[in-house]
Amino acid sequence: MPVFLTRLSRLRELPVAVAFVTLVAITATLNPRFLLPQSVKDLLLNATIIAILAAGQAMVIISRNVDLSVGSILGLSGFATGTLFAVFPDIPIVLVFLAGISVGAALGAFNGILVVTAGVPSLVITLGSLYVFRGINNAWAGGTEHFSGDRPKEFSNLSVDTVFGLPIITLLAFTVIAAMAIYLAKFRSGRDFYAIGSDPEAARLFGIPVGKRVLTAFVINGALAGLAGVLYASRFSSVGARTGTGLELDVVAAVVVGGVAIFGGSGTVVGAAIGAFLLTTITSALTALRVDKFWQQAVVGALIISAIVIDRVSTLRNARRLRLDQARDSVPALEKGVTQ
Amino acid sequence: MTALSSEIGASKIWQRINLRDVAMLGVLLIVIVINSFARDNFASTTTVGYLLLDVIPIMMLALPMAFIIISAEIDLSVASIVGISAATIGALVLREENMVVAAVSGVGVGVLAGAFNGFLVAYLGLPSLAATIGTLALYRGLALVIIGDASVGSFPETWTSFVQGKLGATGIPTVTIAVLFFIALAVMLLHYSPFGRGLFALGHSQEAARFVGVKVQHAKFWLFVASGLVAGLVGLYWALRYGSARSDSAAGLELTVIAAVLLGGVSIFGGRGSIPGVVVAVLLVATITYGFRLQRISDVVLVIITGALLIASVTAPNYYQKIRERWRFISRAKDSPAS
Amino acid sequence: MQNHIPVLVLADAAKSFGSVVALADGRIDLQKGEVHALVGENGAGKSTLVKILAGVHSHDSGTFEVAGARVKFRSVAESKAQGISVIYQEPTLFSDLTVAENLFIGRQPKGRLGLISQSSMRQQARSLFAQLGVPIDPDRLAEGLSIADQQIIEIAKAISLDAQVLVMDEPTAALSGSEVDRLFQVVRSLQEKGVAILFISHRFVEVFAISDRITVMRDGSYIGTWVTKETDSNAIVREMVGRDITTLFPKEEATRGDVVLDVRNLTREGVFSDVTLSVRQGEIVGLAGLVGSGRTEVARAIFGVDRYDSGSVVLKGRSLKSGDPQAAIRGGIGFVPEDRRKQGLVLELPVGRNIALTLRNFLAKVGLISQSSERSHAKDWGDQLQVKARSLESGVATLSGGNQQKVVLAKWLSTKPSLLIVDEPTRGIDVGTKAEVHRRLSDLAQAGVAVLMISSELPEVLGMSDRIYVMNEGHIRAEISRAEATPENVMEAATSRQKVVR
Repeated sequence: MPVFLTRLSRLRELPVAVAFVTLVAITATLNPRFLLPQSVKDLLLNATIIAILAAGQAMVIISRNVDLSVGSILGLSGFATGTLFAVFPDIPIVLVFLAGISVGAALGAFNGILVVTAGVPSLVITLGSLYVFRGINNAWAGGTEHFSGDRPKEFSNLSVDTVFGLPIITLLAFTVIAAMAIYLAKFRSGRDFYAIGSDPEAARLFGIPVGKRVLTAFVINGALAGLAGVLYASRFSSVGARTGTGLELDVVAAVVVGGVAIFGGSGTVVGAAIGAFLLTTITSALTALRVDKFWQQAVVGALIISAIVIDRVSTLRNARRLRLDQARDSVPALEKGVTQ
Repeated sequence: MTALSSEIGASKIWQRINLRDVAMLGVLLIVIVINSFARDNFASTTTVGYLLLDVIPIMMLALPMAFIIISAEIDLSVASIVGISAATIGALVLREENMVVAAVSGVGVGVLAGAFNGFLVAYLGLPSLAATIGTLALYRGLALVIIGDASVGSFPETWTSFVQGKLGATGIPTVTIAVLFFIALAVMLLHYSPFGRGLFALGHSQEAARFVGVKVQHAKFWLFVASGLVAGLVGLYWALRYGSARSDSAAGLELTVIAAVLLGGVSIFGGRGSIPGVVVAVLLVATITYGFRLQRISDVVLVIITGALLIASVTAPNYYQKIRERWRFISRAKDSPAS
Repeated sequence: MQNHIPVLVLADAAKSFGSVVALADGRIDLQKGEVHALVGENGAGKSTLVKILAGVHSHDSGTFEVAGARVKFRSVAESKAQGISVIYQEPTLFSDLTVAENLFIGRQPKGRLGLISQSSMRQQARSLFAQLGVPIDPDRLAEGLSIADQQIIEIAKAISLDAQVLVMDEPTAALSGSEVDRLFQVVRSLQEKGVAILFISHRFVEVFAISDRITVMRDGSYIGTWVTKETDSNAIVREMVGRDITTLFPKEEATRGDVVLDVRNLTREGVFSDVTLSVRQGEIVGLAGLVGSGRTEVARAIFGVDRYDSGSVVLKGRSLKSGDPQAAIRGGIGFVPEDRRKQGLVLELPVGRNIALTLRNFLAKVGLISQSSERSHAKDWGDQLQVKARSLESGVATLSGGNQQKVVLAKWLSTKPSLLIVDEPTRGIDVGTKAEVHRRLSDLAQAGVAVLMISSELPEVLGMSDRIYVMNEGHIRAEISRAEATPENVMEAATSRQKVVR
């Protein structure tokens, strides 16, 4: 059997990719309008933002951490974008992008520094910062909302115009995801994240700069959340105090469903992105299949649980197999060939 | 054999008292005093009454949460369970069901939800962090399915007036008695019962607990069931207190509950904490909230402060530890021996 | 084979942690291409010496030379850079990464565009394994690999780091027969390449099969070095033990009573099989064997913390179900576990709470525990065991190892058990407290308690036990009475693959 195929079948991304394709196939068969260019475009646009968030979150989770404050970071960045355009109508779009990303990076650094220096689980730290950032957003925005009318046409068009059939912001997302995937797979410092997530103590003993890497993960995640916030302002009509609330759940779901282990050490950015697309597709599929859209969140929850259960069951199965294999080996039988 | 200090010394009173709890109590009193001066009607019983009505859900939820965190787990789905219970009650009332049936069903749903959590964590062995993030979404989603967009407000008069009623002229809600009962129960269970002693061992390590005969899976399962039960009761209370049951009832409340519990001295790593500390922390957060509201300071600031308090309360002990170690290192240069 | 070129010389090295002297006089010299065994009992200082070589600790005094140059390592990375690689008993591979990635973590080979080249990594891994004569798939995840395979990978890592010195700590402890042979082949091929190998081992059969020289340590000090061909295991054991065993332990005669514990054909698939043993009132039964022989697992299964698949456990005539520690405690078993800090104590709680933990059900009246009665019980037992603590409220984490062990003992003795299982009772404890613990165990036996003692320290086993069961690879290989027991026959049984018939 070709080695390539065996390796393919072991990919953690396979289940989610298959699920995605299956879902699209089933929905399209039952409702051909699902694959109309306009609906596909809507799907891509919606998925783009979650996919970018998922890519960043994947990096954090791979290193055995989690960042629950991404929704709030997105909100702040989105509102900052709206405000900038409202106050400086002629501001170059690039500057706005930079501003959003910087805000995100700074907030990410706040999280990262606390996680690295305080030795407290990132779950708790980012639970707190979720609150703090959201509060700042509320305080700043109050009841104000900025509407897309205040933003330059070119900016909003980023979500409308397409290149090769894909909206510009989606292309941007793909580029970001590709860059992150290459970094995590092909750079020495990128591989460190996996080691850290697999065994932080051993990683430290090996001389891997755990603190530096974890901080980097949070900063990059924050920056990506900031970027997502800017894109949000491009795609959606209004940004205000409640922008991004609750997104963190969808992001964690996407990442976990996409094959990234919740305890770190394995999974890929690409898988997380596929998970994001899968999740977005579920919403659209539910509408296309005329299923009550109220089921969407329940489905998200069920998916998270299933993904974790499957992961756990396979870990248990492996451990048991290992124990029995070792027992078999230690029986003083005939000289066996060395390893299977 | 008669060496100088061959006996364990007597423990001083001040060693037996939890200093952290006392400090927290002090802070609470200070905050109350400040507020009383700042605003005349703060100390009035009507004010206290309203404060208590609002604080009851958090107080109730914080009790089982404290148990769960002390046993080194966490339940992020409590607010969603409140939501699904409230939604169940609302949906049944909407369908002209008897209020008693609705109430029992609502609480029952809470128990089932807690049992499912318990099953996932205790018997399947899933990490509670991940599992309850999943059930948080699942239960909130199911609440949405049960009640949709509707907001049910028409509950029988007898029920709502009981919940909102006060004790005579004092302005203190009648339900406070029930809450006090639960707090007493929690104190007895955690600090004075064998089960509670076993929980602290469990929070340290599952092995240590097993070695002293704690039935680990059993204990964890029932803790989550208890959490679900309490959340179900809170769901009933919520519907009656606010006169409305919606799919997003109590959304986001889990963060306040966890923040209060951690602020109350319960260690996120398990094995440490006290109910009095948690009670004081909840009251502290509530008092600050209410004080701010009276001063017309927006809720927003409160949200920021809750988050900041949460972060501070978990990081402070670690930073303090690090500073102490640095100090010890300077004065003694001590290594930790190899095992 | 050997050119007698010194590769590494450690002389007069000392290391203390606070007031505990871990190493008093450490000496070792390794020559190019030699296989050098380091033997000594528990607490002899071997692992401290290895940690100094590895760079985990730095010596307080003495000289350390590698390839002729003075060194003092402050980190593991520094020692690795000097060509020293250490393989511990529990290899730490990253289970989520592939074998190849584990080999090259932090220094993955780069290809075009400066990106990591997976194919180059794979190729290099394959050639390393070919050199060792061991085919392991470089692309498989490290998860689930047997300890033997993990060791080979660690050795491959060492080779790729151009290690001149390879240190192995109890390398064969967890290996089966065929895996040991494979390891020795690898060691011999490394020898031919001129690598110096230092390995710590208790298994004399292997020490004498593969080593060129043997160094013995005792009580933190260097005793001597012998050329393997010129000595034998008896002589080595004598140097290791070096003292008159009988005067060290105050074990007094106790009258033996009825059988308290009767275990028949106890089996747990993959861990231990067909274990049959018994303990009587007034007896101290030693359970000896090498690390990994399954002793702790058997004890845990008897107590109920782990389950067993078949066989029976009968305590005072009543059969004990598998996996029920509560029933075991109620039946009268106490268990002092191996890992004091994780399993024996609750570090977050103060001394008093720890001692009273086992009494919690007993103390409860109408479901509630009276704190004052809890305190008085804890004080009683703490004083009986002579726990040295400022008060009952002192954190148990601040006590010394010996005192912590006394707390664990107090906790279990307060339940007035009929059978006390102790797993490595004096590990990591200073000499003075050691004697106290032994005296306490002896007193217990005199009072009619049955004691099952697991120990890896030969003198302790020989000195304290009335009878010794010796285990190896999950089986009981021998039962030896106090009168007949010698270090040699215990060791022989501990390394034997068949039942030793006497």
